[in-house]
Amino acid sequence: MILFWRVLKQQLDLAYEHKTAWLNPLLFFALVTLLFPLALGASTSNLAAVAPGLVWITALLATLLSLETLFRDDVADGTLELWCANQPSLLVYAYAKLSAHWLLYCLPLVLISPLLAYSLHLPMVALAVLMLSLLLGSIALVWLGAIGVAITTGLKYNSFLLALLVLPFYVPVLIFGASAVEITTQGLSAAGPLYLLAALAVLAVTLAPFAVAKALKLSTS
Amino acid sequence: MNPILKWCYQLAVPHILYPRIQAWLPWVALVTFSLLALGLYLGLAVAPADYQQGEAFRIIYVHVPAAWLSMAVYVAMALMALSVLVWRIQVAELALVASAPIGAAFTLIALITGAIWGKPMWGAWWVWDARLTSELILLFIYIGIFVLYDAIEDKRQAGKAVSLMTLVGLVNIPIIHYSVTWWNTLHQPPSLSKFDTPSIHIDMLIPLLIMLLAFKLLYLLMLMLRMRLSLIERQPQAAWVKALIKPATTGDKP
Repeated sequence: MILFWRVLKQQLDLAYEHKTAWLNPLLFFALVTLLFPLALGASTSNLAAVAPGLVWITALLATLLSLETLFRDDVADGTLELWCANQPSLLVYAYAKLSAHWLLYCLPLVLISPLLAYSLHLPMVALAVLMLSLLLGSIALVWLGAIGVAITTGLKYNSFLLALLVLPFYVPVLIFGASAVEITTQGLSAAGPLYLLAALAVLAVTLAPFAVAKALKLSTS
Repeated sequence: MNPILKWCYQLAVPHILYPRIQAWLPWVALVTFSLLALGLYLGLAVAPADYQQGEAFRIIYVHVPAAWLSMAVYVAMALMALSVLVWRIQVAELALVASAPIGAAFTLIALITGAIWGKPMWGAWWVWDARLTSELILLFIYIGIFVLYDAIEDKRQAGKAVSLMTLVGLVNIPIIHYSVTWWNTLHQPPSLSKFDTPSIHIDMLIPLLIMLLAFKLLYLLMLMLRMRLSLIERQPQAAWVKALIKPATTGDKP
């Protein structure tokens, strides 16, 4: 546990050195959201109808893009190989690394999402549910995506491959996340999809690190 | 040692597996093609036309076996992946990689025949029905698996990475299977899962069961053909491969 906090703090300190890195996914999120009214027309009712899906897809792609460099530096300077020498500490490393990533890149997305969703005319009542669904969903996205990142670490051209490997597993998260927001706008309770999202997040957090550790071992050997 | 167990263990040894494939191949091919011919004849010519769907229902004799195999091949691949990661069996790695394109092909056949059937029945080539969608996702998972194998240069490492990915993807299979009951959509509920009170006439059921068996054997046949090649490709310098090629080359010399 002490190790976990130390790795987490180290990751956050490293991020503090590169002060603008955490902004990148946010800017991507905001810019792509800006593109939708330009392509679909600025009509309030049109945008409001598709807003839950648009916000969710954009947040999902921003998360996927942010994940790509997750282990790159640690592979380059050889840190990862040292972590791979010991299975229990490799798991702790994976947990800390992913937690730090989520805090740095996904939490800001969750916080800014109501603003962007509101700009797409999503009804006010659904904003809280949107945040909650993204909060739970992004945890599942990061932990699931990390498996794909770990497997493709060390490959030269991995962006498309990463998307090909990871997007199929993102489908349930997207379905439940977007439908939670969708049914709230229809005035119904979103409890069902939110519970399912929470279940997916718990499942991913519990099981994915084992796959991540295994994949990291494979790609460094 | 128990002779049956020993026989199974020997499947993991390349130089024993190769001659075994050679010996079995003609027999498997014979049974597969006779069953395919019999099933197609019974299904297309003998079985009565459906009172609602007319002759168009006959596509199920290709569609259902292909759709079933698209999932069964994945389960087989997951078992192979387990043998790679737990027992480090190299042959299972080759079988897994050989299975992925076959599984993808069956998935594609299921999707295309489904579209052909869907056009007259539902009035559209494609609808975003839960089951169709998950079948499409399965296709992408299959493609992801062999693209990943291709992208990693060290093939031993690639085999293990692919095995890991297969096991992770296994989570998707139950979602596909139960999506029929989860989402109440356009797709028909399965007509085969309840054997005690089948919702399909016995004259239609028998050709379908024959076709299911024939498609399973077809998978086995294609797997054997691909394995025969990849066994040699993986270890071209092995003694048994050299011994295999030798008689042919010396025979050519005058």
